[in-house]
Amino acid sequence: MAAKRLSLREKYQKFTRDLAWEPSYQDKANIFPQTEFEGIHIHDWDKWEDPFRLTVDAYWKYQAEKERKLYAIIDAFSQNNGQFNVSDARYVNALKLFLQGVSPLEYAAHRGFAMAGRQFSGVGPQVACQMQSIDELRHVQTQIHTISQYNKFFNGFHDWNHMHQRVWYLSVPKSFFEDAMSAGPFEFVTAISFSFEYVLTNLLFMPFMSGAAYNGDMATVTFGFSAQSDESRHMTLGLEVIKFMLEQDERNVPIVQKWIDKWFWRGYRLLTLVSMMMDYMLPKRVMSWKEAWEMYFEENGGALFEDLSRYGIRMPKYWDVSVKEKERLSHEAWSIFYNYDHAAAFHSWLPEESEMEWLSAKYPDTFDKYYRPRYEYWRSLQEKGERWYNSTLPMLCQLCQIPMAFTEPDDPTQICYRSSEYNGDKYHFCSDGCKDIFDDEPEKYVQSWLPVHQIYQGNCGGASVPEVLEWYHLVDGQDNKEFLDSQDRANWNRWKGESDSDTDQPVKAAVND
Amino acid sequence: MTIEIKTQSVEPLRHTFSNVARRQGADKSASRYLEAMFDLQPTVNFHYKPQWDPDHDLYDTGRTAIVMEDWYAFRDPRQFYYGAWTTTRAKQQDVAERNYAFVEKRALLDLVPEETRKVAEAAFVPLRHAEYAANLNNMYICAYGYGTAITQAASFNAVDRLGIAQYLSRIGLMLDGNTSESLDAAKQAWLENEAWQPLRQLCEELMATKDWFELYVAQNFALDGLLYPLVYERIDGELQRHAGSTISMLNEFMSEWYGETSRWVDATLKTAAGESDANKVQLEQWARQYIDRAAQALTPVAAQVFGTDAQSVIAELREDLTNRAGKKAGLEL
Repeated sequence: MAAKRLSLREKYQKFTRDLAWEPSYQDKANIFPQTEFEGIHIHDWDKWEDPFRLTVDAYWKYQAEKERKLYAIIDAFSQNNGQFNVSDARYVNALKLFLQGVSPLEYAAHRGFAMAGRQFSGVGPQVACQMQSIDELRHVQTQIHTISQYNKFFNGFHDWNHMHQRVWYLSVPKSFFEDAMSAGPFEFVTAISFSFEYVLTNLLFMPFMSGAAYNGDMATVTFGFSAQSDESRHMTLGLEVIKFMLEQDERNVPIVQKWIDKWFWRGYRLLTLVSMMMDYMLPKRVMSWKEAWEMYFEENGGALFEDLSRYGIRMPKYWDVSVKEKERLSHEAWSIFYNYDHAAAFHSWLPEESEMEWLSAKYPDTFDKYYRPRYEYWRSLQEKGERWYNSTLPMLCQLCQIPMAFTEPDDPTQICYRSSEYNGDKYHFCSDGCKDIFDDEPEKYVQSWLPVHQIYQGNCGGASVPEVLEWYHLVDGQDNKEFLDSQDRANWNRWKGESDSDTDQPVKAAVND
Repeated sequence: MTIEIKTQSVEPLRHTFSNVARRQGADKSASRYLEAMFDLQPTVNFHYKPQWDPDHDLYDTGRTAIVMEDWYAFRDPRQFYYGAWTTTRAKQQDVAERNYAFVEKRALLDLVPEETRKVAEAAFVPLRHAEYAANLNNMYICAYGYGTAITQAASFNAVDRLGIAQYLSRIGLMLDGNTSESLDAAKQAWLENEAWQPLRQLCEELMATKDWFELYVAQNFALDGLLYPLVYERIDGELQRHAGSTISMLNEFMSEWYGETSRWVDATLKTAAGESDANKVQLEQWARQYIDRAAQALTPVAAQVFGTDAQSVIAELREDLTNRAGKKAGLEL
């Protein structure tokens, strides 16, 4: 007798959501205590659509296949000293920023999705979040294993997680993710799955992975390709989460809109670090920040929000400011790091003439007018042996924690200052976007661990730069400061057999168009 | 004849990351397990108290009564990081797949007497709900536990349990000819049949347990420590008398998994108990308490197969577990 076969959909349903039951010995609220406090109303968890229907045995099979291929390449990469095939030793600094700033976020995502995967009371989102949780663990671990080889030959990588928890610029990504994790499960998935993974992830992933491809870093490219199929699952989860909340109850709409506004701005400010990486740190450039923002946010994002308008969702607040800032963001950011590179665990440098030309061409309205003169002045100081480092600690935005160096939306020559009073204290912000987020939840954001305040309060090893660097585990003269004077550059020239005279000159960089 | 391949050799500046070197006491090459496990979780300078638990930090040692000087003293004897775990499971999955295909192709289940199939169905299939509880419980340990050494292994365990729940569902579908009648009946039994109520009650209680290490002892040591030997050794052994090895082939993943996972569970308990007398006393108290509860909950489950012998079967399994605690986990129960 031929058995009546369950359809794939029915089978998956039996293999996941049918496993749960309505508890009767415990109050359901004791098992899932976090589903209500954010004000999101869910009436029917069964309306959740599982876009992938991946059972665990299939997951193991696919993932193991990918892992075997990836590790074969990582092994070959280290055996063949693949790190010497990158375009230029400057490129490696983009990887330092990645390991210090991005890999710890993959770990945070692993734990954050474990929380969401435990807290949602529907099996559909539980399983999706749990699989994402272990995918994220995969990402941080494969990144460590890939970059392990670079750590053996370059400075700045060696204590990435210690630094992530202490060094000033790394409080930007750390506070971003902790903001999401310290909120409830619905805000967390809106922040990470939707606003970050779905709307903005292309702007993180594409620049680093294509940057790796353009600059001869085969190990990182391979990791990127290998992670791509995980990412597409994660992006689908992001969109499903939003639609699910919006379709369940119209009272959810204003809450979701508020979160989208907040997390768009949070994510956009975080991408400041990526913008300077794209425009300044890749010896062979993929595209400019401005072009990437136009393609991935203005065009793709615009279409997405057009789609969501039927639910009553509009474009995130202050998206227009991000468009006004696109011609200056990366330049303002790189200048911050040029100023404070003595306290950063990667090297900075001034663009060479060929690179200045590329920047002029990509930013015709701003580069020659505002930034080239600044770099030329700094170059003249450098030629006199007076490389400029700023010894005064900067004021940080209470919210995004980036030094307050961004300019007014309509005036690129005027620093933008905003402030709010709360319980008799004054708090400072880089933008209206950051100020609004603070004003909505001041009791949360007064808690920010601001690196500059902490240094002044004596919580970071001491009051002098050497004491703070020691507390950071940042080796002065190795991990920090100007690329031209760096050990990395001297080693690179020695390994590559460049002559002494080459060592005295800036390494020539090819510029892609 | 061997050919010597000339390669460029360049001295590295360092052999591993600084945090790993500090823990190893020297800058020497470290395994992939260690490099991708040590210190991954942030420990200081948290920005915001969680809205869902304002009395603790995001990651906080205060979410359990167990106290450790160093939460990275825990080592997984299997040295599982994501890649090692997933490739190990993929191999086992491959074997399971072949076993299922073999049983289906030869229609081996048709050779098992109807009565035995009924017993197997009644004993195995409702457990998929208990595995789902174990999935959530281990995800809880991953979410709120402290230190990547334990939390990453708990996340693997959580996904393993979902996988086992799905294998049990598949076995149900094989037994009922893909109609899902066995799954529906098993859910009914799980919700209403008296034999399953004490176990369901215990599962629901564990899903509401707050101390993550207590949950670890209760779920991974006490409950699993009785349930797995009961179901996959004793009940399976009983069924073999009529079913040959057919049912065992379908369960092979679970029995192999349990043997492997017990090594991790024992090592974890031994490390925590070895840390201090206070830990040891606490762990022993939890272990006794939950072995009692689990034994009580599993007795009616055992009775479905062993009838009046169930009490003595459970008593033997308790004794085995007590011995295991003393020999492997450093606990005197």
